[in-house]
Amino acid sequence: MDIKDVENLAELARIELTEAEKIELLSDMDSILGYVKQIEEMKIEDVESEYRVHNVWREDKIETRDFSKEIIAEQFPDKQDGFLKVKKIL
Amino acid sequence: MIDLEKLTIIKARKALDSKEFSAVDLASVYLAEIKKKNGELNAYLEVFSDVLEQAKAADARIAKGESLPLLGIPLAIKDNILIKGKKASSASKMLENYVASYDATAIEKLKKQGAVFLGRTNMDEFALGGSTENSAYGVTKNPHDMRRVPGGTSGGSAACVASSMALAALGSDTGGSIRLPSAFCGVVGIKPTYGRVSRSGLMAAVSSFDVIGPIAKTVEDARVIYEVIKGQDLLDSTTISETTYPKTSFKKDLTIGVPWDLINGEGVNQNVKDNFSEVIKKLEKLGFKIKDIKLPNCLALYYIINFAEVSTNLARFDGVRYGLHKNGKNLFEDYMLSKGAGFGKETRRRVLLGAYVLSAGYYDAYYGKAQKAREALRKEFKDIYSEIDLILTPTCPIPAWKIGEKSDALSMYLADIFTVTANIVGIPAMSLPSGFSEIEGKKLPLGIQFMASHGGEDLLFEIGKKFDEIKDSP
Repeated sequence: MDIKDVENLAELARIELTEAEKIELLSDMDSILGYVKQIEEMKIEDVESEYRVHNVWREDKIETRDFSKEIIAEQFPDKQDGFLKVKKIL
Repeated sequence: MIDLEKLTIIKARKALDSKEFSAVDLASVYLAEIKKKNGELNAYLEVFSDVLEQAKAADARIAKGESLPLLGIPLAIKDNILIKGKKASSASKMLENYVASYDATAIEKLKKQGAVFLGRTNMDEFALGGSTENSAYGVTKNPHDMRRVPGGTSGGSAACVASSMALAALGSDTGGSIRLPSAFCGVVGIKPTYGRVSRSGLMAAVSSFDVIGPIAKTVEDARVIYEVIKGQDLLDSTTISETTYPKTSFKKDLTIGVPWDLINGEGVNQNVKDNFSEVIKKLEKLGFKIKDIKLPNCLALYYIINFAEVSTNLARFDGVRYGLHKNGKNLFEDYMLSKGAGFGKETRRRVLLGAYVLSAGYYDAYYGKAQKAREALRKEFKDIYSEIDLILTPTCPIPAWKIGEKSDALSMYLADIFTVTANIVGIPAMSLPSGFSEIEGKKLPLGIQFMASHGGEDLLFEIGKKFDEIKDSP
């Protein structure tokens, strides 16, 4: 790994980093990835999952849920006419 | 005068029902204790302003003759569990002013019982860590030695219970976050079977590992809370029913498996080993059979999955709908600045590591391989449990460390060696106080961990009670 990799990952994750932080993260990540790399040496035969993935359905009826629209709207960083306002995307 | 140090949920229930003291009396004593101690311990991030009103409501129900196990019982709640109308910050700057818009299912169940919520407790930011040092609001101190950490991530909850600032508490466990602080603070902590307690309203860290559970002074107290909060939930499709796993029963001649190679391996403190050997001797005296078993070191596997799911789950904190928002020139800059300012050091580290292990080119070698290893481990456990009933290990390879002592992340990860396995496989596990290690003139608590097979909580409660009766015998 080098500093460019850290910058690339930070951009993918949308996290602003300072130069000092990038250097620190690079050394941390090198040592942590070095450790978890031992998984490469594990010999595992191809195992079938015993867990059958299945949908969990509920009856198609309206369930009332207790939540507060007011609390949600109060926390919008920016709003207009009760709607969440965000910056232009395109 | 209420003797908080000796009080348990069971005793408080009797006293409340017989009008020896009221829920308001009890809550007031706790509030006074918090006022005295929390300044130094920093276990609560917030003490709720309506504690006495909650207690009054409980008293009104008691006066009408109602008696429920947790009616009027004062509890502390970890800061990543939602209580409608109250702040829930996951000890992050990102959610400093976030107010929950609904109740977590576990909270809803506690409210129905009439439990009194004293406040929200400190933790490692977004439940990432092992010492509560990663909180954006300062570390919690260990009540047994103020220079040391209380363990984490539910460090505030465990410290509250250990210092009589709450009768019991809720925590959450992703890789040991209930058990490790329980061991470091000398209290009882249970990580239930995956899916036993609804995750609705628990902030997601690692969705395939996370579970809510109780931290209490005694096994019986932990059981009372567990019985209330468990159960299938429409709002969490991974919850299990009473019949998902076969019932386990307590036998006198239980066989307990001990992974000696892991315990005698490097990194396990001598005091921990000595204490553990004493425990084994006591259990043998009771007639339990001890069997040597092999368990692999699962840390690499655990952390790869942890990083991957954390980076995915934490992507939602982008400053758009709630939480910290920093204004940039465009939406991309908003994201960069908000996450940059909102996430602490360990959180950034894990998000980046997660992005790495999931990225094209590395996915197969890390995440893909880890998933296969997880499946293989589940199979291995099935075989192990066909020969034994319980697995026993120390909860942590070392006693509580000094604040700031473990400055590199990897050395802290290694403290989770005994606890992560239960989360990977999804089995229930419990940490019990097993004695003390005297270091620099302070008695630091040690803990042991029992793991049962899927759905085997009852077995844990039974063995826990038995162990409690004999642990102080010579």
